[in-house]
Amino acid sequence: MRFGHFAAALALGVATAASAQADTTFRWAFQGDVQYVDPHSLNETFTLGTLGNIYEALSWYDRDLNLIPSLAESWENVEPTKWIFHLRQGVTFHNGNPFTADDVIFSWQRTLTEGSDMKGYGRKATAINKIDDHTIEVITPTPNPILPRDWVFMYIMDKEWSEANNTAEATNVKGGNEGNYASLHTNGTGPFKMVDRQIGVRMLLERNQDYWQDIPSNVDQVIFTPIAQDATRVAALISGDVDLVYPVPVQDWGRLEAAAGVKPLAGPEARTIFLGMDQDRDELLYSDIKGANPFQDQRVRLAFAHAIDIEAIRRKIMRTASYPTGLLIGPAINGYNAEVDSRWPLDVDRAQALMAEAGYADGFEVTMDCPNDRYVNDEAICQAVAAMLARIGVTVNLLAQTKSKYFGKVLAQADFDTSFYLLGWTPSSLDAHNPLYNLMSCRSDDTGAGLFNLGGYCNARVDELAALVEKETDPAQRQAYIDEAFQIHWDEVGHIPLHQQPLSWGVRDGIELAQRADNVLDLRNVMIVE
Amino acid sequence: MHSPAAPPPSASRLNHVAAAVRRARDSDLMYAFLRSPITVAAFLATVTFVLAAAFAPWVTPHNPFDLASLNLLDAFLPPVWEPYGDPRFLLGTDDQGRDILSTIIYGARISLFVGFASVLFAMVVGVTLGLISGYVGGWIDAVIMRIADVQLSFPAILIALLIDGVARGVLPRDVHDDLALYVLVFAIGVSGWVQYARTVRGSTMVERNKEYVQAARIIGIPPMLIMLRHVLPNVTGPVLVIATIHLAIAIITEATLSFLGVGVPPTQPSLGTLIRIGNDFLFSGEWWITVFPGIALATLVLAVNLLGDWLRDALNPKLR
Repeated sequence: MRFGHFAAALALGVATAASAQADTTFRWAFQGDVQYVDPHSLNETFTLGTLGNIYEALSWYDRDLNLIPSLAESWENVEPTKWIFHLRQGVTFHNGNPFTADDVIFSWQRTLTEGSDMKGYGRKATAINKIDDHTIEVITPTPNPILPRDWVFMYIMDKEWSEANNTAEATNVKGGNEGNYASLHTNGTGPFKMVDRQIGVRMLLERNQDYWQDIPSNVDQVIFTPIAQDATRVAALISGDVDLVYPVPVQDWGRLEAAAGVKPLAGPEARTIFLGMDQDRDELLYSDIKGANPFQDQRVRLAFAHAIDIEAIRRKIMRTASYPTGLLIGPAINGYNAEVDSRWPLDVDRAQALMAEAGYADGFEVTMDCPNDRYVNDEAICQAVAAMLARIGVTVNLLAQTKSKYFGKVLAQADFDTSFYLLGWTPSSLDAHNPLYNLMSCRSDDTGAGLFNLGGYCNARVDELAALVEKETDPAQRQAYIDEAFQIHWDEVGHIPLHQQPLSWGVRDGIELAQRADNVLDLRNVMIVE
Repeated sequence: MHSPAAPPPSASRLNHVAAAVRRARDSDLMYAFLRSPITVAAFLATVTFVLAAAFAPWVTPHNPFDLASLNLLDAFLPPVWEPYGDPRFLLGTDDQGRDILSTIIYGARISLFVGFASVLFAMVVGVTLGLISGYVGGWIDAVIMRIADVQLSFPAILIALLIDGVARGVLPRDVHDDLALYVLVFAIGVSGWVQYARTVRGSTMVERNKEYVQAARIIGIPPMLIMLRHVLPNVTGPVLVIATIHLAIAIITEATLSFLGVGVPPTQPSLGTLIRIGNDFLFSGEWWITVFPGIALATLVLAVNLLGDWLRDALNPKLR
């Protein structure tokens, strides 16, 4: 009898706990993990987007990618090169420390430390002066009408906490400073706090009850799991283990539509996938051509462009869900102009002729770096590119690896250790100046330009135009500068853009959320309604 | 080849060959073999696989490793009997437009190579250590057998994974890709030597006290020669049986490692790699990419296993 009572009580207890959890726990899975939770370690949309639920910046995007105030209540561009930000009062970090101007200045300085991948953000300012505890003055090197947009992902850390834990420098993705406190611990102002994390296994977030604003979300707890295998990830959604997965492999859309209780969510993503070639070194690091760099010859780059059968990639690998492009920006980006967006037609004969003209009639060998868990079907695209280039005699040795290894190899922190690579880019400001500055400008350690120009494409006129675009306020003139820059870049085949990939999420019925075009999951908008 | 000066094969030599064939035909082993239809089928299946793999460039309709011959537009074609099947691709194509049938044959080539090579490696290591252990005895025996005991307590796949992982860490990436096959052979071989060593040690300990070995010792033949000439021939029977069964295990281990993505490089897909690639498309309707390599692997392993089982029974006088 006593045992019966006990069992009933136990069962009841378990049942309540389970139902309480079932209502408010949101589980989701992505193809990879956040490498470091240090917000200044890796300038990558997934990492920054996920950390955006824990950390916050001065400004933010709403569900439709409109710019909204966040840790700054308002801002004004008082002089061409001077901005005033009025910081929000009464905001506290997860450890209870108040948020002040000192934290902003500290975080800005931290983005400029050696290991930081966010130098391009930090260098948008030459100085930040504290006017009072909740007002700062930002001096920009050139007039910059879109500074608040540029800084959407520049997250603010607590100065006191960072200094106490000896993490005033950003974690380097190249490796070597994994002991950095902020690479494993967080202390932000966001709606969720990280309470537990097993790298590569799961991350547990809990609602920050002291969050400074009301948000639509009714989620109390979030469990994030990386699931690398595509089929496993989709199976986890269908079996009800998780509420949201992305990306869903495009070939599984039909399956999600057919399955009960789940549905695919699709749309064009603001991300462009492209190929890049090392045009900077006089000899490629990974090639059988010694003493010369074939990619410095524009004809070779053009031959590559003509050898790519983008239609086959669209139809077979992307199942018609991609949007082939000749530009590094898509229609979702401010500054896109369909008139200059043209592709090099597939023309293997011409490609072969160009290779012969350049002196590489027999082709050459080159190693290609490719992530295998970052973009939609990334490895399959690289394999297809390798097969297409084989037709013009180029032997591609494919090095496809997980994104942490891949980024740790190709990025600036590892001295751009690549000859030929596939990369995807979403301009975080959603403006054409972002790729002009980060991908197409000559690399410069002083200004931070070209930090993601992994191939070292360089044209002085493009640099000049990028600077003009940054400060031009007349829309028509600005568009003319943008068009000219993209045209030069296209003529010289600085990169070979492939396509805009589709947003491809799978979600359980009863979950309401906003699918942002930058592929960021903002938990502020996630509601469990059933 | 005979040199022109050499005499043509004499009639007596031909008679010798004929006699050998006759002996084989009339032997107990052949009798037992022909009486078991399952064994004959398994034998035929194994031979078909081995021949197809050995002559892959001539028997396959396409060369899946020649990237220039691939056309992405041929990707995901179903087998020829399904709607939209293409007669050029009997069993359909994979995600890159490679012919599944050709890929299976080339894949079986790698699987069989790794299987045979690692069995050979394990056999040489195991038999040598077993002979020494059993013949010399003493502390050498104790050391070898304790190592064997420790290794037996771990699953073979774990040891293979460990060796492969260490090799990956130590060797630079581009070197590793070139050596991947040999690393795999080494890993699987090392994980399987214990069985040979134990069996050979047991048999050797029995043989070494027999009169013929003692006689050899008395007339002063060095221990090395005794082991090779006198003991080894008398312990080969069990070794052959173990080797046949081990071949099946080695093929499965290789497939497992490749399925986990730590085996052969993706540019040289073995059967395990093919199954892994196809796994991503299994649920979206393109079942043939994973099912046919799966059937091929299962058939191959089953056939080799059946042969091994039969051999074990046939060589065991107690079961006649």
